Amino acid sequence: MSIFADAQIWNSTLSMAVPLALPAIGGTFSERTGVVNVAMEGIMLMGAFFGVAFSYWTGSAWIGLLMALIIGGLTSAAFAWGAIRVSADQVVLGMAINIFAAGLTAFLLDTVFGFSGTPPTTPKLPNVSLPGIDKIPYVGQIFTNQSILVYVMIAIVILSHWFLFHTRLGLRMRSVGENPLAADTVGINVWRLRYAGVIIGGLLSALGGAYLSIGVLNSFSVNMTNGRGYIALAAMIFGKWTPLGSFGAALLFGFSTALGIVLQGNGVSSNLLQMIPYALTIIALTGLVGRSIPPAADGLPYDPKR
Amino acid sequence: MEDFLEVIDLKKWFPGVKANDGVNLTLRRGEVHAILGENGAGKSTLMKMIYGLLEPTSGEIRLAGQPVHFRSPREAIQAGIGMVHQHFMLIPALTVAENVVLGDEPGGVNYNRREAVRHVRALSERYGLDIDPTAKISQLSVGLQQRVEILKAFYRKARLIILDEPTALLTPQETRELFNIVRNLKAEGIPVLFISHKLDEVKEISDRVTVMRAGKTVDSVRTADATPQDLANMMVGREVVLRIQKEVAKPGAPVLQLEDVKVRDKAKNLRVKGITLELRRGEILGLAGIDGNGQFELADAIAGLLRPEDGRIIFDGHDITHMTPAQRTERGIAYVPQDRHADGLVLEFDLVENTILRDFHKRPYSSAGILRRKPAEDYTKRLIEAFDVRPPQPARKAAELSGGNQQKVILAREVSRDPIMLIAAQPTRGLDVGAIEGIHRQLVRLRDEGKGVLLVSLEMDEILSLSDRIAVIHDGRIVDVIPGDTATREQIGLLMTGSRTNSEVASS
Ligand SMILES: Nc1ncnc2c1ncn2[C@@H]1O[C@H](COP(=O)(O)OP(=O)(O)O)[C@@H](O)[C@H]1O
Ligand SMILES: [Mg+2]
Repeated sequence: MSIFADAQIWNSTLSMAVPLALPAIGGTFSERTGVVNVAMEGIMLMGAFFGVAFSYWTGSAWIGLLMALIIGGLTSAAFAWGAIRVSADQVVLGMAINIFAAGLTAFLLDTVFGFSGTPPTTPKLPNVSLPGIDKIPYVGQIFTNQSILVYVMIAIVILSHWFLFHTRLGLRMRSVGENPLAADTVGINVWRLRYAGVIIGGLLSALGGAYLSIGVLNSFSVNMTNGRGYIALAAMIFGKWTPLGSFGAALLFGFSTALGIVLQGNGVSSNLLQMIPYALTIIALTGLVGRSIPPAADGLPYDPKR
Repeated sequence: MEDFLEVIDLKKWFPGVKANDGVNLTLRRGEVHAILGENGAGKSTLMKMIYGLLEPTSGEIRLAGQPVHFRSPREAIQAGIGMVHQHFMLIPALTVAENVVLGDEPGGVNYNRREAVRHVRALSERYGLDIDPTAKISQLSVGLQQRVEILKAFYRKARLIILDEPTALLTPQETRELFNIVRNLKAEGIPVLFISHKLDEVKEISDRVTVMRAGKTVDSVRTADATPQDLANMMVGREVVLRIQKEVAKPGAPVLQLEDVKVRDKAKNLRVKGITLELRRGEILGLAGIDGNGQFELADAIAGLLRPEDGRIIFDGHDITHMTPAQRTERGIAYVPQDRHADGLVLEFDLVENTILRDFHKRPYSSAGILRRKPAEDYTKRLIEAFDVRPPQPARKAAELSGGNQQKVILAREVSRDPIMLIAAQPTRGLDVGAIEGIHRQLVRLRDEGKGVLLVSLEMDEILSLSDRIAVIHDGRIVDVIPGDTATREQIGLLMTGSRTNSEVASS
């Protein structure tokens, strides 16, 4: 087909995958340690808003990015406290964060920036082409003029995989999400690793949010994540709670979005294509194509009572 | 031999429960020391304190003469204590090697998988455990999983190994292998604390035994100096009867006939692959077999909880193959299911509600659709008295009773409806000697009243002491049916593995 002859569709796929892959890997960290995280949507919104706000206030997109991470980290720390220390229902708590973040960011956008929204002069993060690779025909086009965060994401995918599956700490984190009591009896600090998992998850979600507001654009609009946090949840499940799988799923979902945009001009309903992530997730959960099994202690609070 | 571990007047009080209330114990180097006690006697609590999982309320633990206060298992592990918990502490999704080294992995930042596998393989070979370090835990049998737990202790250089009810989930064959491992440990000079409530095991494996009752240590004796009867009496605190005396059975007419019955379990796997069997009035037919060979699916099918895929079930001359469980109950089938929590009791209901569970819609317990509490309560009181349910309070929730007393309530309900046949699946699982005695008496009484009893049990002792005939099931088929009075452990053990030829040699 002619649309595949144009490397542009792969370029878009990669770009569309970033705000799915980052929170999906974030969710993977959280759930691998045993905390069900549905707050990605909300934390992304926080990252998106504060990223652009601080970018405007300080005139530096980098400081914006830093603040997005800090606020995303703090939000997830609050979530972690409720989920781990207070043993609150993790799904309810996550949804509460999503609703809170949607309300807060909409309110702040209106009160701080007014009707016209964030100013067009707000700085954004740079776009980069990979020197050398961008000269290769076709493949080069995929890595031409992409946001710096695209490359950061690729590094994070590889690092996360290495961390979770090849380091001692990664092994311990996974053990805590499978059987916290067993981990406790060999002297592993369950709560500390769960906090770490949730907060890493928050940082990655906030990064995904910031990508939208200061990576691709330089503005924030109400509910700008538009359900990506939930699609990320689907990508995490479809990717079987692994960083590489999450990335693969994010690419697949990103591709269906990119395809939707291309096909829209050809009269194919983009709504149909937007269904793909959810349909695939349901298939993955029902086990039609290699069942997705969550970590055994996912969502179960642990109380080390003495 | 000098004392390696001393426990001096140790106490652990939970709100409302004195789980340990004055425990004294000395463990010498190189001995296998059994802790014998009924369920709830406080054995696990004691071990958890030694292992740093619980903090003592008062008292002292000394290791090699030095007082120790472990605040976490990590500290206990560092001091050389290894423990195999009653409920395994393993991670099914990880490999053997990963489980063994977890918390103390080889490598720097990276986890050195190769080194872990090498180390675990070496340990496994040294102690004759024969286990593949790269296998996933979820693929291993219970017996092998237990070896992984033992490996965990070795890996951490344990100088003392605690085994908490290690045989509870094992097959007879696996138990024998475990005993060999324990003997190896002893030969290496590593002392073992062996927790159990089974007398024959304690007699077989231990050098000394400490008996616990109601949170206190009763006495410590050399195992060779005590008879099983002595130990049982100490454990229960009164004279107990270990083996029920029973008359020769007088079997009557057939009450249950199975004709080539096939059953699938809830996951649609074929578990019963064509069983033909007959049970008569006035006899106890024991169904022996290793767990997972279809015995419980067969029991469910007779009670009507599973629908047979093929074959016929004749009860008292009528074909009941397609009847509902309620219709079967009406005709006189009583069922004590294996999982008393899931199928036998409504834990949130009180004893009155539980005893009339099958008959609540009938007089005198309800009239015109309205429940009448008083007759039900009187009935419950009678049952509580007859079956010695403790505490004797009809308004207690079932959940608040111990396992043994829950089982008595189920048995009381089923038996007092005057059934023609009783199916008892694992009726004494997890119960103490005292409670087992009571339940066994009831089963024999039913038989003597001319009822048919189908006893499905994984406990060889139970099958041997009660059954008039023994049917051995393997892989969904009956391997053989043998007379109960002449049957031996070895004979049944062989049949349970499916080897019929050997048994014919043995019995001829
Ligand atoms: N964490 C706990 N909180 C309250 N009661 C407990 C706790 N653990 C054990 N118990 C109670 O202490 C008693 C002894 O239990 P346990 O040591 O497990 O007995 P055993 O191992 O001999 O069967 C039981 O009555 C049990 O219900
Ligand atoms: Mg116990």
